[in-house]
Amino acid sequence: MSRVSVPCHVKGTVALQVGDVRTSQGRPGVLVIDVTFPSVAPFELQEITFKNYYTAFLTIRVRQHTSTHTPAKWVTCLRDYCLMPDPHSEEGAQEYVSLFKQQMLCDMARVLELRLILRQPSPLWLSFTVEELQIYQQGPKSPSMTFPKWLSHPVPCEQPAPLLEGLPEPSRVSSEVQQMWALTEMIRASHTSTRIGRFDVDGCYDLNLLSYT
Amino acid sequence: MLQEESDLSLIIAQIVQKLKGSNLYAQLERQAWASLQRPEIKLESLKEDIKEFFKISGWEKKLQNAVYSELSVFPLPSHPAAPPEHLKEPLVYMRKAQGSWEKRILKSLNSMCTELSIPLARKRPVGEQKELLNKWNEMGTDEPDLSLFRPVYAPKDFLEVLINLRNPNYENGDSLSFRTHLGLIQVPLKVKDIPELKEFFVELGLTTGQLGIDDSTQVPPELFENEHVRIGQKVLAEQDSAAAQQYVRQGSPTALRAELWALILNISSQPEDILYYEQLKTNVIQHDLLVDSLIYKDVKLTASNDDYYFVFEDYLYQVLLCFSRDTSVLGHFAYSSASPPKSYIRGKLGLEEYAVFYPPNGVIPFHGFSMYVAPLCFLYHEPSKLYQIFREMYVRFFFRLHSISSHPSLFYHLREIGAQPLRISFKWMVRAFSGYLATDQLLLLWDRILGYNSLEILAGKILAAAVFAFRAVNLMEVTSLAAAEAVLADLSTLKVMPLLQIFLFATVT
Repeated sequence: MSRVSVPCHVKGTVALQVGDVRTSQGRPGVLVIDVTFPSVAPFELQEITFKNYYTAFLTIRVRQHTSTHTPAKWVTCLRDYCLMPDPHSEEGAQEYVSLFKQQMLCDMARVLELRLILRQPSPLWLSFTVEELQIYQQGPKSPSMTFPKWLSHPVPCEQPAPLLEGLPEPSRVSSEVQQMWALTEMIRASHTSTRIGRFDVDGCYDLNLLSYT
Repeated sequence: MLQEESDLSLIIAQIVQKLKGSNLYAQLERQAWASLQRPEIKLESLKEDIKEFFKISGWEKKLQNAVYSELSVFPLPSHPAAPPEHLKEPLVYMRKAQGSWEKRILKSLNSMCTELSIPLARKRPVGEQKELLNKWNEMGTDEPDLSLFRPVYAPKDFLEVLINLRNPNYENGDSLSFRTHLGLIQVPLKVKDIPELKEFFVELGLTTGQLGIDDSTQVPPELFENEHVRIGQKVLAEQDSAAAQQYVRQGSPTALRAELWALILNISSQPEDILYYEQLKTNVIQHDLLVDSLIYKDVKLTASNDDYYFVFEDYLYQVLLCFSRDTSVLGHFAYSSASPPKSYIRGKLGLEEYAVFYPPNGVIPFHGFSMYVAPLCFLYHEPSKLYQIFREMYVRFFFRLHSISSHPSLFYHLREIGAQPLRISFKWMVRAFSGYLATDQLLLLWDRILGYNSLEILAGKILAAAVFAFRAVNLMEVTSLAAAEAVLADLSTLKVMPLLQIFLFATVT
């Protein structure tokens, strides 16, 4: 399915914490990232991709455009999606993730704003976030082709003249020949990727030193 | 669901692409063409008839084995946005650590080059080529002066790197429990706990028969051994890779082991394979590489000094020298966290058309490397087959033992061992216990590596801890570190399978 990237503005992360940030001992376990789309009209969200960095659970809230005069409300479209099966260990910590509209709890049409709520309950990690955030909407559908009428509705062929005894039907022969031809074409078209196995350049393998780059 | 389906189609497409370049594909094509002569193949049902023919003639089984073999090493499907380095190793700090480690190795090799004024590679003069060809089968009789060469690194150097591995995002403050200061490895990777290990290694359980335990002289063979051998012969007759892999989890009978391992690794000596090996041999004759001297030195230092393996010295050269020239090994770097060293043809520094890998297979041997090959010499006596088996074992398993990665096989478990035991047991693990265990015990252990397609059985918690528990009584009596090391260093009388079983299934956790 084709998709088109939507330019977005990712606001700075806001940590949610009880009490005064400066005096409390622990690190925040909840971060909020707001994503706005300043130059884009409300669109239908197709896919969200990002690279995880030690976030354990992700919740996404969406604010959609409503046609009536009621103010747009925030709705949770993804709740506590698990990115790291064990928040204390590295599995899933730096993985690339895609989320599709089919996984969302609500309809993702006419998106105005997104709010990503990141949670990392483990005290082992110094920081956590999501990186390389990309939002996609559905791309244009492939243009439907209109066939000329004679191609889509072929004229029914007339009955062929009765055959001589002993000869096979021409239609059957032609279909068999066509199968053989298709098989030949298929085999010819598939290239075997042969392993060359040469490590030298034109017979020369005189080397000085190893390269560091 | 949608994601799983598209992942599956992607895997299928990639395996098909990979197999298209193989000998098997060409053979299947030839067979399909030849089968057209057969009366049962009809044009109108061509596809189905040929499929049926493949099934009856055993070719479908060969294809199944090839697909199974590909799946064994296949990396998990990855996200389309993930760059290739992410596939090799997803954790950035480990990638960087592996990169620095590799750079150290390159510097070491380069300085050896400049100090000794020996080129990395040179073409042999014709006279030298003839000489080498003549003594190809007895290269062990050569006594070149290797005193100036030193191994590029040893397992203990690798251990130092692992110990100093730090996740920059990991809390290392004082508020954490003191337990983290006992172990040397500071990386929080998920390990299987005992219940998970019991499930994974269920065939090693107390109620399942094992070779290495239930074939001892006190146990009548009718109880387990005879039936197990009979099943093994049946598996070989069926030529089914997956069944063979399942079978060797309970150990392989000595007489069947060579064939079973070849079946699991999908190695069958075709004329093309023998030709390929001969081509590698020609490459050895034509070009002399610096790593050849490292290989010579390693064999002389390790295998030649070993009571079990010194007889195979010549074989080891024949395998390892060819291995260094085999560019097909480069394929494993796609799923390894390591990268092959690069160089440029003399005088063409920086020009990409003259960039080459060095050595041609991208693998720089370290101290003890030849011990990966030595045990296989007991099973295979034909050089090209021995070569193929070793190469496959390396690109499936052994490469993980000397590179830094988050793959759940090796040092995941090392966190569980305290500092001093780790320094002693680490070298056992890097060599997959080759040269430390008695050969018959080693082969029983390697049966399980093949059977479970995993190195986890080598890893700390299971084996090394079991060894220490076993030696606890002796250790109580020693009074110095050197004596402790001596007690622990001798694994030659150890029986592997009973220990594994006890530790996994008989201890109360």
